[in-house]
Amino acid sequence: MTATATAAHPEAAEAPPAERALRRRRRGITLTLATTLGALLLAVLFLMPLGYGAATALKDKDGVSDPNTGVLPVSALTFEHEGEVHDVYAVPMPDGTTRELALVEPGRESSVFIDPGDPGAGPIEWDGRWRTLEPVTGLNPQWGNFAEAWNTISFLRLTGWTLMYALVTMVLTVVSSAVVAYGFARFRFPGRGVLFGLLMATILLPPAVTLVPKYAVFLQMGWVGTYLPLIVPQLFANAFNVFLLRQYFLTIPRELEEAARIDGAGPIRTFLRVIVPQSVPALTAVSLFHFFYAWNDFFEPLLYLAGNRDIVPIGVGLSYFSGVYNSEPHLILAASLLALALPVAIFLAAQRVFVQGIVVTGVDK
Amino acid sequence: MSGFTDAVLPARRRRGDRPARRPAGPMQRREARWGYAFISPWLIGFLLFWAVPIGASLVFSTLDFQLTDPGATTFAGTSNWERALSDPDTWTALAATFRFTVLFLPLSLVAALGLALLLNSKHLKFTGFFRLLFYAPSMIPLVAGVLIWQQVLNPQTGWVNRLIGLTGIDAVGTDGIRWFDNPVLVLFAFSFIGLWGIGNAMMVNLAGLQGIPTELYEAAEIDGAGWWRRLRSVTLPLLSPIIFYNLVIGSVAILQYFVVPWVLFGATGRPGGASRFLLVHFYQQAFVFGDMGYGAALAWLIFLLVAVFTAVLFGTSRHWVHYGTERS
Repeated sequence: MTATATAAHPEAAEAPPAERALRRRRRGITLTLATTLGALLLAVLFLMPLGYGAATALKDKDGVSDPNTGVLPVSALTFEHEGEVHDVYAVPMPDGTTRELALVEPGRESSVFIDPGDPGAGPIEWDGRWRTLEPVTGLNPQWGNFAEAWNTISFLRLTGWTLMYALVTMVLTVVSSAVVAYGFARFRFPGRGVLFGLLMATILLPPAVTLVPKYAVFLQMGWVGTYLPLIVPQLFANAFNVFLLRQYFLTIPRELEEAARIDGAGPIRTFLRVIVPQSVPALTAVSLFHFFYAWNDFFEPLLYLAGNRDIVPIGVGLSYFSGVYNSEPHLILAASLLALALPVAIFLAAQRVFVQGIVVTGVDK
Repeated sequence: MSGFTDAVLPARRRRGDRPARRPAGPMQRREARWGYAFISPWLIGFLLFWAVPIGASLVFSTLDFQLTDPGATTFAGTSNWERALSDPDTWTALAATFRFTVLFLPLSLVAALGLALLLNSKHLKFTGFFRLLFYAPSMIPLVAGVLIWQQVLNPQTGWVNRLIGLTGIDAVGTDGIRWFDNPVLVLFAFSFIGLWGIGNAMMVNLAGLQGIPTELYEAAEIDGAGWWRRLRSVTLPLLSPIIFYNLVIGSVAILQYFVVPWVLFGATGRPGGASRFLLVHFYQQAFVFGDMGYGAALAWLIFLLVAVFTAVLFGTSRHWVHYGTERS
């Protein structure tokens, strides 16, 4: 590095050390500034769709389809006075100023206005043709779109079913996966390596290959159209969670378990009293992973709940909604933002646990 | 270094150091019984929801089994398989999957690595903040993300086209860039949506980068290695197990690509077959048309494809994935 710097700037070699240090610091600052600004630009581009989503979700229906629409939810301003809605215009006053006034009584040659900022001041007479006036536009966010989207997709019902599905399966999969992971982590038995290999293989195998017979059987049992085909399999552990928890259990010192065994605890007690309390971070991470997985789950709910639109979780509900309301993008976007609010909020609150969990999956501790 | 790939290949990696089998005493038998007891939930689940259904799928693929009339099921021999291979939709699906893989797999791997390098750079300030920003879209429910992208890519008012329009290209309006009406452009739309989901790969890369001993970089620097040379000779080899992990997970996911094309185009395959991915084709045949026998054959085709593809990846890994240099 020093060699290149000297070659590129021959004068640097003769410069006194203090000046060289200064130059290096300046170079460091420039690099830091460029990198950080570059990252900021990248992040803005990356998150731009969210900005568009928020701006468009707040527009009225005309603002959405107008190709010349502004970036922000802007529309013609109105003013409500004594139960009536009046348009606001930019009115040139005799004294040369322009005031933004609401048109109360339009007339051919003269009209009556009122000042939205001070309606108590009474009506203002203005001479001139009001049709020549420019309507005033301004930031006019339609918060009502969110209420409309909330009601049209029955947001509470969708969220309720999604929460039910996510929380019930979360408890089932975390408990069963922890039990299985403990078995793989601490007990020696014939065929353990092969069985663990099979477990890992199921992470990569496409679930599609099992769907046709599973669907036929669930249909036979009358489970299609209910949550049972989605919930019951979670009783039997999930390969990815087992892998994650096993990795974590392997890092717990064996001495703790041996101490418990000397005190006369059997394997179940040891698991409950030693392993589970030691593994709270890993169990939390796996719970969160599953929660987000379930919140996102689309294929299996689409398949197994088909025909029962009243109980679908939010992903499937959104896709039905977008199919029906495709001419009202502001509502689709408002609904999408509603759907992402809760998971993103949970992520922001728990990001530390979460990030550690991701790291364990790819990199050994 | 990578726990995942280590664990996927337990047999290959552990064969050498397996201890000689001792005769099992009462203690060992007791331990084994407890071991089986603890793993029994998974074992039962594996049989019920994997092993038996995979076998049953193979049997189903030899039947003419219509969901609308299960009573009329008959043996169909290999006709479902012959149909699967001669169905033009199968080839459309294979082509769509192949084209998207070629575009998106390298793109996502490079993007995930690039972002991780950026986040690991000593010149970046507010690292935690940027890590959060780049990761956050991965947390957005996929359907919501798809719908947001569908709107931001609309040619009338979408900001993407407006931004491109600023450069002088005629992007906005009905004659502009119509991302969802062109079989090539739509692959870019799929890619944009996919890039919102690279958070996990980025975080795993970042953890890997942070695990590389700084002495290696210092040594390389003393030898006069520039940024590019250090990336090629130090970073990439040491990160190769993690890149391999991301490659395997990424390619298996693409071979089962479903939610994005389904939410955008359903089973229509628009535009020009570009959204008829393998799983879309399978879902339509098995569950929209109710042709379970044919669906089972298609599912087995996907299964074989994933198996062969993963086997090939693991086969090539010995030539470029360096497991030898473990962190000490």
